[in-house]
Amino acid sequence: MATAAKIGIGSAINRVDGVEKVTGTARYAAEHPVENLLYGYIVEAAIAKGRVLSVDEDAARAVPGVVEVITHLNRPHVAWTDHSYQDEMKIPGSPFRPLYDDRIHFSQQPIALVLAETFEAARYAASLIEIAYETEAHNTDFDVALDDEYVPKKKRSGYVPPKDRGDAAQAFADAPLRVAGDYRLAPEHHNAMEMFGSTVEWHGDGSITVWDKTQGSQGVHAYLASVFGFSKKKVRVLNPYVGGAFGSGLRPQHQVFLAVLAAKMLERSVRVTMTRQQMFSHAYRPQAVQSIALGAETTGKLTAIRNAATTSTSRYEDNMENVVTWGLMNYDCPNADAEYTLAQIDTPTSADMRAPGAATGMTLFEIAIDEMAYAAKVDPLEFRLINYSPIDAMNGTPYTSKALREAFREGAEAFKWSERSAEPRSMREGNELIGWGCATGMWDAQFSKTSASAKLSANGHLEVACATSDIGTGSYTVMTLVAADTLGLPPEQITAKLGDSDLPAAPVEGGSWGAASSGAAVQLACQAVGKKLLKAAGKIAGEPLDGAKIEDVLFEDGCIVLKDTPTVRVPFGDAMRAADLTEIEEEATAAPGFGDMWKGLHKSKNTHSAIFAEVRVDEELGVVRVTRIVDAVAAGRIINPKTARSQILGGVVMGIGMALHEETFSDHRLGRWMNHNFGEYHVPVHADIHDIQVIFVDESDPEVTPLGVKGLGEIGIVGTAAAIANAIYHATGKRVRSLPITIDKILE
Amino acid sequence: MNRFDYARPASVAEAVQAGTGEQVRYLAGGTNLIDLMKENVDQPTTVIDINRLPLNAIEELDGGGLRLGALVPNSDTAWDARVEQRYPLLSSAILAGASPQLRNAATNGGNLNQRTRCYYFYDVATPCNKRKPGSGCGAIGGVNRIHAILGASDQCIATHPSDMCVALAVLDAIVQVTGPEGDRAIPIADYHRLPGDEPWRDNTLRPGELVTGIDLPAEDFTKNYTYLKLRDRLSYAFALVSIAVAMRIEGSTIAEAQVALGGVAHKPWRSTEAEKLLKGQQPSPQTFSAFADALLAGAVGQGKNDFKIPLARKGIVRALKQAAEATPQSQTDKRIA
Ligand SMILES: Cc1cc2nc3c(=O)[nH]c(=O)nc-3n(C[C@H](O)[C@H](O)[C@H](O)COP(=O)(O)OP(=O)(O)OC[C@H]3O[C@@H](n4cnc5c(N)ncnc54)[C@H](O)[C@@H]3O)c2cc1C
Ligand code: SF4
Repeated sequence: MATAAKIGIGSAINRVDGVEKVTGTARYAAEHPVENLLYGYIVEAAIAKGRVLSVDEDAARAVPGVVEVITHLNRPHVAWTDHSYQDEMKIPGSPFRPLYDDRIHFSQQPIALVLAETFEAARYAASLIEIAYETEAHNTDFDVALDDEYVPKKKRSGYVPPKDRGDAAQAFADAPLRVAGDYRLAPEHHNAMEMFGSTVEWHGDGSITVWDKTQGSQGVHAYLASVFGFSKKKVRVLNPYVGGAFGSGLRPQHQVFLAVLAAKMLERSVRVTMTRQQMFSHAYRPQAVQSIALGAETTGKLTAIRNAATTSTSRYEDNMENVVTWGLMNYDCPNADAEYTLAQIDTPTSADMRAPGAATGMTLFEIAIDEMAYAAKVDPLEFRLINYSPIDAMNGTPYTSKALREAFREGAEAFKWSERSAEPRSMREGNELIGWGCATGMWDAQFSKTSASAKLSANGHLEVACATSDIGTGSYTVMTLVAADTLGLPPEQITAKLGDSDLPAAPVEGGSWGAASSGAAVQLACQAVGKKLLKAAGKIAGEPLDGAKIEDVLFEDGCIVLKDTPTVRVPFGDAMRAADLTEIEEEATAAPGFGDMWKGLHKSKNTHSAIFAEVRVDEELGVVRVTRIVDAVAAGRIINPKTARSQILGGVVMGIGMALHEETFSDHRLGRWMNHNFGEYHVPVHADIHDIQVIFVDESDPEVTPLGVKGLGEIGIVGTAAAIANAIYHATGKRVRSLPITIDKILE
Repeated sequence: MNRFDYARPASVAEAVQAGTGEQVRYLAGGTNLIDLMKENVDQPTTVIDINRLPLNAIEELDGGGLRLGALVPNSDTAWDARVEQRYPLLSSAILAGASPQLRNAATNGGNLNQRTRCYYFYDVATPCNKRKPGSGCGAIGGVNRIHAILGASDQCIATHPSDMCVALAVLDAIVQVTGPEGDRAIPIADYHRLPGDEPWRDNTLRPGELVTGIDLPAEDFTKNYTYLKLRDRLSYAFALVSIAVAMRIEGSTIAEAQVALGGVAHKPWRSTEAEKLLKGQQPSPQTFSAFADALLAGAVGQGKNDFKIPLARKGIVRALKQAAEATPQSQTDKRIA
């Protein structure tokens, strides 16, 4: 029997949910039709700090269709302890409690929710609410807050304290070559396409179903149960489709709190959505300043790394990121020290945004590295190879794998780096100076305990399920491919289910652990189904498989096949009929340490990338174009090259935004973000994007995660902005140490 | 968004009749008005939808000009063969603005009357004299990256954000309006105004007046022209500085040159006095620089927008060069020529 080319891990297939998405049949959180719905509109604080003295709601309540105005004064009872509000991704401190009391912690804080029979009535009524405030002195200026930088007492889970080595201060003082400076990153807002929204269906029996825009249905489920005192069985949270989140949906956002609060109070179904402007009322990537000092021999060998960073957080939570560790891990250098502090401003707590910590700290560090390469008169790529560390230089541990050298080689070849002319300002075409730059990217290869189920029906249909999310990353497709691979079924016969708190347990989707973790769980569940199938086949008269063990067979085209005698094939259906089974369902959990992972227990696990950028700078007018990017990524095994490439492309585009466009700015007198809309908060548009080439470097790593997968969600952004900043230097001879590099900074 | 009455008149006379009253707004493409209403920046009591009015044609004028109907979409105007051939500067300027979707919806009359993009103007939680007279100007001493360097007042430093209007200023367009007191023809230079101490007035349109069309006089700026727009990304952003140039070169000298700046003032910025410095001159960097200095005389930065002054200076020189060399800036190439 001829077998069709097997589709499985490594096959470049289309997104299995692509058709639903492009035809509009995929429903997002605020699109689920629910009968008799009330619409909530959020009223936000106009001041940055103080108290609500009074709320005049009379005019709002008089608007036809308005049902209720909820404020801290009339809200129903909610939990009050910090502990109750602590979500799966909790940050040390006292979590924000919406409508809890009269305190205002940041501008745009929700202070009332207007509920009406139509969205329009709610929005209009919201405009009629008059609030009297008592203002208190505030500060949103990070530079001012730096005076009070501090080391938080309690560390956030996942925080890796930097480890010093040697004597960096002395080595820096003694170094023949020195580079030192402050490198900066502006605050950025995630601004995914889908705005935050929640639809709460009130069933009338004390139970609710919540469609929420979140990166983790079970995280929101636990939060709602804890905050509102629901029994866990009475709440179901669904997020089958998520229109991007970039980390802003790791923690429950206030619209879901408000929607459930209103549903509970009014005993009705409620929907609350944020407007684009309101998307600036919560999570943002912290503003950062990083003081980097590097010392080197005249040969370009690094002798000292000093890396101190401060990032912004709110007054009520200590949001820490791993900002300063990357450079210490990545470079071979005998002396290194690092420090990390926070500075508080009167904004919401900053939050994880695509590659939190690394996108900031590795990117800024890679600009300093480039400066040192020039100081040493060594080609920037060569400089990185001179200081290459095959092991994790901060922890002194080996990596499960690190194919960065190969990434540099393949990337440089594709980019034709060898044709670069060394001197800054040495390449020109018409009015444009041309520059080439490179940088290293780094991220963690993470794995999180995850469960999945697999259910095979006698008709050959397989359903795999896991409570993970697909935030546009391709989780549905990953689960489908892993299942297809494990049980030898075509993807069309497989349905992947996710985004439902009732499904087998999974963590929030983030940190690039999704594919590795849910993929491993799906594989385990499918393997368990395979074992059951084999057992069932034993019931077939005449025992065609002759008592074969699981090692002796493989699964192919819906058949159990004897490895040694591939002509012996038992269709799944025959096996199930013989055992009188209409379906086989198995659930399995993949936990760290599983499979070959134990061998990697004391090793460092990271993805790496080599990014090459070409820019063209019209120096006179300050206009920068990023005309070419090559990103060579070493991320272990690639499950679906097509969606994998999309992930990297998206990361690179976001990196271009970080380099040139993205910046939220405050009026510090008002303590308020002022460009809180898509007209004035700039992300790259098509015209800003030219040629981007993605290369996946061969990296086989059975120790990192069960499938050898390292994850791809974030690596694409890390270092990209540095490669661009470095290319701008090469083009113009002008070193810009603060991102984004806008027209004014080139003109300066 | 507040509640409002809605009318959809079929004739200009009916529209103007309905259009009298303080809080009455004409609705054209709605790409600006609806946004302002959603954010409670503008709260009209009556919205008059003018999309049924017969103002959607481009017609020949006696003497060789063109009349652009107020309701002709921006994109239809830019791609109209007569406009492309006779007023390529206008096509170019329109295509430098917004996005294709917006240009399809936006109308010529709406473009002329669009409001500023000042951050404070759009956020009712902040002070703004233009939105709420007497509340103060948030942008002065605040976030003013996109604000004016010319012609501002201590009441308001907003800019007019249109690209189309910068070309119209150079082409000496005439705005045709009709209203309770009859028809008027307003030269473009007198249409928009400086903020002075009445920053809430963007232009000289009187209450209830409706723009019916824009007249382009016959002229010959089909070879030596350019629209150069400098902004925070390569497309789909408002101008930090834009420069429209229409020039005629006879032999090797500049016979005529008209230049206007966008993104720098409450109206397209032009100086016929400064333009005299170009007339009769050979195109050269020195001539262009001298002109740039003259056009920018009196420019002041507000802090965050100080860079606009050197940017405008260099942009003017580059644009004049583009025009003189008959290599106009492409709006599709996404690179500065
Ligand atoms: C994201 C974004 C980006 C943009 N980028 C640019 C850009 O780069 N460059 C640029 O030039 N523009 C840009 N625009 C603005 C766009 O050009 C304007 O919104 C558009 O031209 C307005 O036309 P409209 O027909 O939609 O007007 P409307 O929104 O219908 O009306 C705007 C105003 O004009 C009044 N009005 C309309 N027609 C008449 C009339 N006939 N007589 C009297 N008053 C009238 C209305 O009452 C209202 O006050 C952008 C807009 C957006 C939303
Ligand atoms: S510049 Fe004008 S529009 Fe902006 S805040 Fe000041 S008064 Fe308002």
